[in-house]
Amino acid sequence: MLSASLIALIPLLPLFSFTLIALVGRKNFPGLCGILGTLSLLTSFILAATVAYDYFFVAGKVGDTYQQLIPLKINWLQFTPSVSIDLGILLDPISVMMLVVVTLISLMVHFYSLGYMKGEERYATYYSYLGLFTFSMLGLVMSSNIFQIYMFWELVGVSSYLLIGYYFDKPSAVAASKKAFIVTRFADLGFLIGILVLSYYSGTLDFQTMIVRLTTPTDQLHNVVTASFLGCSALTWGLLLVFIGGAGKSAMFPLHIWLPDAMEGPTPVSALIHAATMVVAGVFLVARLFPIYALSCPSALQVVTYVGAASSLIAALIACTQTDIKRVLAYSTMSQIGYMMFALGVSGYGGEHGLGYMASMFHLFTHAMFKALLFLGAGSVIHYVHSNEMKDMGGLRKLMPITHITFLVACLAIAGIPPFAGFFSKEEILQAAYHANKGIFALAITTAAITAFYMFRLYFSIFWSKTYHAAPADHDAHGSHDDHHSHGEGPITMLLPLLLLGALSVGAGFIPFGKLVTSDGKALISEMHITFSIAPVLLATAGIFIALSLYKKENATPQRIADGMGGLYRAAYRKFYIDELYLFITKKIVFNLIGRPAAWIDRNIIDGLMNLLATVTGKISLLIKQLQSGKLQDYAAYYFAGVMGLVVVVVYWWR
Amino acid sequence: MNAIGLPQILFISCALFFIGVYGFLTRRNMITMLMSVELILNSVNINFVAFNKYLFADKLDGLFFTLFIITIAAAEAAVAIAIIINLYRNYNTIDVDEVDTMKF
Amino acid sequence: MNASTIIFYLLAAIIVGGGLMAVTSRKIFRSAVYLLFSLIGIAGLYFYLDYEFIGAVQIVVYVGGIVVLIIFSIFLTQGSGEDMKKPALGRAVFSALAAAFGCALTMLYINEQGFTPNGKPALEPSAGNIGAQMLDTAEHGYILPFEVVSMLLLAAMIGCIVIAIKIKIPPHPILPEKDDINIAEINHEFAPEMEG
Repeated sequence: MLSASLIALIPLLPLFSFTLIALVGRKNFPGLCGILGTLSLLTSFILAATVAYDYFFVAGKVGDTYQQLIPLKINWLQFTPSVSIDLGILLDPISVMMLVVVTLISLMVHFYSLGYMKGEERYATYYSYLGLFTFSMLGLVMSSNIFQIYMFWELVGVSSYLLIGYYFDKPSAVAASKKAFIVTRFADLGFLIGILVLSYYSGTLDFQTMIVRLTTPTDQLHNVVTASFLGCSALTWGLLLVFIGGAGKSAMFPLHIWLPDAMEGPTPVSALIHAATMVVAGVFLVARLFPIYALSCPSALQVVTYVGAASSLIAALIACTQTDIKRVLAYSTMSQIGYMMFALGVSGYGGEHGLGYMASMFHLFTHAMFKALLFLGAGSVIHYVHSNEMKDMGGLRKLMPITHITFLVACLAIAGIPPFAGFFSKEEILQAAYHANKGIFALAITTAAITAFYMFRLYFSIFWSKTYHAAPADHDAHGSHDDHHSHGEGPITMLLPLLLLGALSVGAGFIPFGKLVTSDGKALISEMHITFSIAPVLLATAGIFIALSLYKKENATPQRIADGMGGLYRAAYRKFYIDELYLFITKKIVFNLIGRPAAWIDRNIIDGLMNLLATVTGKISLLIKQLQSGKLQDYAAYYFAGVMGLVVVVVYWWR
Repeated sequence: MNAIGLPQILFISCALFFIGVYGFLTRRNMITMLMSVELILNSVNINFVAFNKYLFADKLDGLFFTLFIITIAAAEAAVAIAIIINLYRNYNTIDVDEVDTMKF
Repeated sequence: MNASTIIFYLLAAIIVGGGLMAVTSRKIFRSAVYLLFSLIGIAGLYFYLDYEFIGAVQIVVYVGGIVVLIIFSIFLTQGSGEDMKKPALGRAVFSALAAAFGCALTMLYINEQGFTPNGKPALEPSAGNIGAQMLDTAEHGYILPFEVVSMLLLAAMIGCIVIAIKIKIPPHPILPEKDDINIAEINHEFAPEMEG
């Protein structure tokens, strides 16, 4: 096993690169910052890969079970003898897997950005933010303590905010970053209260201890189950509140509204944060506390299931109507995370029942690969076309062959076509859903078909459809590139990550995940049922063919269908009016009923009090100022009066 | 009227002291203010001498204080007049009410 | 009422009357002369109390020194013939009341006291005794205050020279430029650079 200090280096290297770039590099060697960040990430990745190898094949297994290892634990804040906040490293299958995913995707994005962000004015700042994000995300997945995870959770939120608002001269980016921050903050409030509830009843903040205490039948568990509030037990409340935090970060319905807007950030950032790593933090959190959900509180797990399934379907429907390619990808991300969520929801703990858990983690892994690939491919397209809109694209397959092939691979993977990665993980999820809940299964398989449809709608719209002719560059996101065709498909730094992720999207499905990452650490042998797989694959293929017939050639049919659908299309196009609903609630209700009275009180009563104080002070000081007349004899008179007063007091009263 | 004793002399010095105070408070010319200060100092001198004479005739301490006060009064008058002259040079007046720039 | 009493009340009248006139006279030169009378009266009081040495010092220092200095400064700063401005009525009334009040208070207080002499044999306040004790280094000797006062005098002397010396003053930011003709004569010896 690697020593603890080397493991600690994995998150600390990006932190170091962030600090160095932000403090020194930004001013002194801005051109080298990209290389610096990439090298530190490369080292991190190598270390993470070594840790993963060590954990899975050398040191992690005792008997036939993967253990939770804590190579490092520092007592940071001791509240009472039993409750403390520690800073530690927790290694178990999911955190090790996340380490690899985060470092790998982050490395790809760092590398890709060397080409994509070249010539940006705030190039160095961008890399420092990337370093900060990577550090926070790695810290999050390695946390051994629920409070530690909360700290890194917020750090991740901050770096996401910074990166969404990277083009801060664009008002839409500023609005999007604020939206993301505020929405996730609201969710995090739930998370914090959940932490307090859970730690209050379990008497600890440590994950391992908390899980043991809240799953074995003891007095504590009895207390927490019987203490009820509004008809639910305290444990249910705690877990639901924690899930709200996770849902906010993972863009689950109805807290998803920030994710599509977050696409205002640079595209590699979307790939890293808003597709592959940060948004799965919610899934990771539920997985981290999974034993408690599964063993002690199945009702909370039901909520997770339904929220995940609903998000997955709604997002898929919306994705069919969007025209901004990054927004389509954003909704597809939301849909896929919904998949992971309900896979967790339908899962049980241990043995055969843990299939959903394993499938969810498997899907998380493969999704990270192909979704990052999709975003990076989209980034290349946007880099080339200088537009996010589908109507500005089309016929790019000849002009960008490598992007085209890798994008196709990713689309096949996400659609669940064998033998691409998405097929395997999706099949596991569908199986788990099938065994647990037929309704969810029906929903999931519908979503799978829709997913195939909209992904290939996207694919055909970008790469086929009409022949490409350079649109007038009115929307010039990268000011310095005047000639579209001079740079071809993009530099090697942008192509290499595409190829690598493409290879992973093909091969990642063959990793024997059931042996490595399971709910209880024991190997889970899941067999593929060919017969079971037929239906989803056929449905997905059908979706692809519908997309092919509608979008391969430019024609009027899609428009006609959209018109035919009428209200449903419009509702989906307007994202089911959820944004409008939020606006209505905040602007009309919250602002009018709470904001305005509060503002009135603030302006008139609070400010009035302060103003009164200031005015009185000012008046008094004016009055006193008159005493300082500068006239010698006035001073003498005051002095004399004072002396006489003292004489009277001392001689006649105190005698 | 009785023979002259300590109270009578103290009455004189007291009257002189408050005359000086009155002058100091009302006179606007700095030189006359200085004169008022001299009156005040002299009233104090009278006190010292009188107390020495009537209560502590075996000692000379009151006399020494008087001598020192006279010395200091001389020094003070010299410094004050130097200041007055300098003031006059800068403001072209020695009216205290006009010299009121040291405020607020 | 014997002669001694009469002399005392005469002296008292001179002292108080001179003082009153000195602070109320509208002509500054007359004011200085009334001050002179008052000071001479005080010197007379010292003689009356048999403290000839102090009386002599009073005449030499005050009458011969300070009053002359004051008269010089009057000559230097203004015409002696003009009337001085009347004090503001409000202030005059306030000051008069305050002084009268303070005076009454003090006199009442003095009246209440029973002064008792310590009854020891008197010491002759001759110049010899005064000099012997003032320059004595033993107990009850006044050599240290004497030296301190001499130092103070030296400092005061240097101080007045520094204050009164003519220096080039930059134009005052508020006040207008003025002429310094009146001071020019006495400044010559202190500020030779004026001639250059």
